[in-house]
Amino acid sequence: MSTAGRDPGVSRAESCVIACADAWRGAGEVMASPFGTIPSLGARLAKLTFAPDLVLTDGEAALMVGAPPIATRPAELVREAAMPYRSVFDVVWSGRRHIMMMASQIDRTGNQNISAIGPHAHPKVQLVGVRGAPGNSVNHPTSYWVPDHSVRTFVEQVDVVSGVGYARAAAAGPGATRFHDVRRVVSNLGVFDFETPGRTMRLRSFHPGVSVDEIVAATGFTLAVPDDVAETRLPTPEELELVRVVLDPGSLRDREVRS
Amino acid sequence: MADKRMTVDDIVGELGSGMTIGIGGWGSRRKPMAVVRAICRSGLTDLTVVAYGGPDVGLLCASGKVRKVVCGFVTLDSIALDPHWRAARQHGKVEVMEVDEGMFFLGLQAASWRVPFLPTRAGLGSDVLTINPGLRLVRSPYGADSPYVGDPADADVELVAMPALHLDAAIVHTNRADPAGNGQILSPDAFFDPLFLGAAERRFLTTERIVENGALAGEAHPLATVALHRMLTDGVAETPGGAHFTANPPDYGRDEAFQKEYATAAGDPAEWEAFAARYVLVDEAEYRARVEERNPR
Repeated sequence: MSTAGRDPGVSRAESCVIACADAWRGAGEVMASPFGTIPSLGARLAKLTFAPDLVLTDGEAALMVGAPPIATRPAELVREAAMPYRSVFDVVWSGRRHIMMMASQIDRTGNQNISAIGPHAHPKVQLVGVRGAPGNSVNHPTSYWVPDHSVRTFVEQVDVVSGVGYARAAAAGPGATRFHDVRRVVSNLGVFDFETPGRTMRLRSFHPGVSVDEIVAATGFTLAVPDDVAETRLPTPEELELVRVVLDPGSLRDREVRS
Repeated sequence: MADKRMTVDDIVGELGSGMTIGIGGWGSRRKPMAVVRAICRSGLTDLTVVAYGGPDVGLLCASGKVRKVVCGFVTLDSIALDPHWRAARQHGKVEVMEVDEGMFFLGLQAASWRVPFLPTRAGLGSDVLTINPGLRLVRSPYGADSPYVGDPADADVELVAMPALHLDAAIVHTNRADPAGNGQILSPDAFFDPLFLGAAERRFLTTERIVENGALAGEAHPLATVALHRMLTDGVAETPGGAHFTANPPDYGRDEAFQKEYATAAGDPAEWEAFAARYVLVDEAEYRARVEERNPR
């Protein structure tokens, strides 16, 4: 593989931003709901480049114009329409959304947990709660962002199924499967999808500087690894400039994922 | 027209132990904290709290008032998870009915509309159905031969039947209100407050300021900001700063320093005792004076 033209300085966080942005490629005019700094940068980068029709919220109760820098103060945002929480469900249940949630645990068939570690009746660690994960995952494309890939986060079976994976959706029937689409998982090590015959997790690409062996060792279940698996693509010079100079000059991305 | 003005203590006086109480707002935003604090220092106990959970849930749990919480999450926004809630759960001190946020919305909507349930895909396939074994599915009565089926995949489809969440009482906080019980929300999101009121037997507003009937809307604020009409309310109490330390724009933002102190106090029983003595087990005037001391104008 040629490395000509590669920017040796592309950080791990920047590879993650590119991987997140690519999750929204071809999404069209839908609400992108990113959780975390790096997915937020990814959604904004996608909107500024190959997915200009994406709809982004201000994190409160409105849709915002453009894709402003990540550290923009709320008072400086320009808003284009109201989006109170009650209206968000009109969007969720009509399917005009692709969310990227975080996952405290994710498993081989794409179940996600943000509710509790340990048995739900007596949690060892109480997490934030299922939030909208059950409904999101059976109504519109759903991806996940895991900034700390390890055998503790990539587990054989999650403790409390919050976001619904492929096997659980299939077992629940057509009501669950009709709009179910767990699209991508992006971690600090690589990109994953469920494009296997059994709808189990597959390595889609490994980030520059990460080995396949390292990913397999950090994963608590058998990961499908295609023979021809490639490296996560590098950012174009234009994308790199947008991330470094326009969207995140303060390098908040490096606080979420270190190189 | 009835004058519905009352005090925070009057509101708490209408509540009883064992009741199911809905609390408006969302996370650490526009929560009726003056009433929450008054409940904490009352003799009430064994409550079921229904909320888009924030420090209302954490404070009531830490004060030993709660038997059960119905929620989809408990968050402080700028702090991901309320540590008092975490502690109560990890020590097995409260029961929880944890559901998807959208299911929660439909539960309030169903109670408000007086139907026993509303159908949704939300919850299907998730552990919401296993951790709440009382939840049921419902099969669509419209089969493949029905003219009403849009997509064949929806013929006879099985969905979650989210039950109505009936409330004995609901309390919400607004920026302004009038003596008749109309409520005005000047921030961009009314959250689910109209549904909390609609789902409840007894409905109470607290508000920053009461103005005369008919004076809420005008040049400064369009009529749409008066999102809560008086058919939804039984009582209204004026309590300036009544949502402190949660965010209540445009009147005030979240008191982040205070919230941090509240959260930190969860780490140590002695610290919590000191916090409660200073800020919870005091009347509202004393509370306001102590907050004023922290944040001199």
